[in-house]
Amino acid sequence: MNWADTIIQGVLLGGLYALFAAGLSLVFGIMRLVNLAHGDLIVLAAFLILLLVSTLGLNPFVAAAVALPVMFAIGWVLQYVVLNRTLGDDILPPLLVTFGLSVVIQNGLLEGFSADSRRISAGSLETASIQVGPISIGTMPLLTFLSAVAVIVALNLVFYRTSLGRAFRATSDDSSTAGLMGIRSERIFATATGIAMMVVTIASLYLGTRANFDPTQGPARLIYAFEAVIIGGLGSFWGTLAGGIIMGVAQTVGAAINPEWQILAGHIAFLLVLLVRPRGLFPRAVD
Amino acid sequence: MPILVLDQLSKSFGALKVADQISFALDEGEALGVIGPNGAGKSTLFNLITGNFRVDSGHIQFDGRDVTRQPPMARCLAGIGRTFQIPQPFEKLTVFENLLVAASFGSNRSEREVGDRCADILVETGLYPKANQLAGSLGLLQRKRLELARALATDPKLLLLDEIAGGLTEGECQELVETIRAIHRRGVSIIWVEHVLNALTSVVGRLVVLHFGRLIGIGDPATIMASREVREIYLGIEV
Repeated sequence: MNWADTIIQGVLLGGLYALFAAGLSLVFGIMRLVNLAHGDLIVLAAFLILLLVSTLGLNPFVAAAVALPVMFAIGWVLQYVVLNRTLGDDILPPLLVTFGLSVVIQNGLLEGFSADSRRISAGSLETASIQVGPISIGTMPLLTFLSAVAVIVALNLVFYRTSLGRAFRATSDDSSTAGLMGIRSERIFATATGIAMMVVTIASLYLGTRANFDPTQGPARLIYAFEAVIIGGLGSFWGTLAGGIIMGVAQTVGAAINPEWQILAGHIAFLLVLLVRPRGLFPRAVD
Repeated sequence: MPILVLDQLSKSFGALKVADQISFALDEGEALGVIGPNGAGKSTLFNLITGNFRVDSGHIQFDGRDVTRQPPMARCLAGIGRTFQIPQPFEKLTVFENLLVAASFGSNRSEREVGDRCADILVETGLYPKANQLAGSLGLLQRKRLELARALATDPKLLLLDEIAGGLTEGECQELVETIRAIHRRGVSIIWVEHVLNALTSVVGRLVVLHFGRLIGIGDPATIMASREVREIYLGIEV
């Protein structure tokens, strides 16, 4: 096994997991809402991009750019009309509703796109690579990782440097007091979910060009996203990136030892981190 | 012209009447004190005025408009600001950010427009040196000042102060009273719930007395405090 190569490929794969996780981290951080349909929404976005590519003949990157505002709108409406009603002291309603949503999305996709596994073609980019010494780095995995870093930087900027970000943090602190300050928390939550769906769209572009996907893949993406968020520590975007990288490295190292161990190695890494640091590596939130 | 008119406000929690047909009017620029024993319904009255609680019956008119059915956020935008008895700052935001959020969302303006005013309010409330500290790290006096500053940041026409002097030392209380006086002089109408009577009467022109959700007296402080009923109920003195 070539260690340097394995680790670099793992880090790049971690970028994809960080993209899966960033939207989940944002939504959980602001409204303590665990969205069990997050993985299915990633797959939904992948099918949306596929549809745009296959019917309009768009380049996948252009298709993703078209899908971004659509997914923002879907997220906004979903939060405003459905999920806001489930928020409250009881944590069960959001879990039940998003679980139901997960089932609905999976079956809707099965109905519309059949159970065949699909792939978004990125043309020659799929096989392009950059040679760095003895290691060959795939262009798409590299783009995935750079996108993940860009998304994390952007989320941090929005969260800590803008008026919207202050409203996010104020609402997450105390939404009823925020209301007294004139903040419409239902709209703030809707905007947060909208932004999370934009991150989901970026994630789905790389998911769909990297490997085959089918309507039933959502829950597995959700698990990876969850593990990345928990490893990183709740409430920290950089922690989420670190969590994604740890998952990615663990999986590629596991696969290098024995291809059957790829998935298992990721879960074991997750459990080890929980054992040593139960609150994750970079916890920000006190609760 | 009255800025706030309460007309027969009633509110019950189950069998407990926390507001029982309360009516009074507050003139523009007036400062009014509210006293009463614990559980008399003072904080409830504030929650009814801000819209955190819905009235069971009665009407609230603010600045010439009926706001009885409006949500808290709309009443904040209309110009009702409040402080909490137990300070509730946004703990993970800095002191300055607490004000920025309140100022920009509370008056529908961009952060750039309100930044200077927030800095002025920090100076006025003595919080300027703490501007970049996390609000969660502040002590009690500063938390109370932040409550006041944040309420001011929403640019209120009516300021509701809920036991803001409670728990402070005599000196701290004096400083706070000076700040509140200065705010009142600028023309902000004030309703102040307070147990620290000398602080209260040094600012307000009229007192309202609540007892078990009922208004049992309203008038100038000297007359109110001399009345037999108030002394019995409020001070527990057998006259």
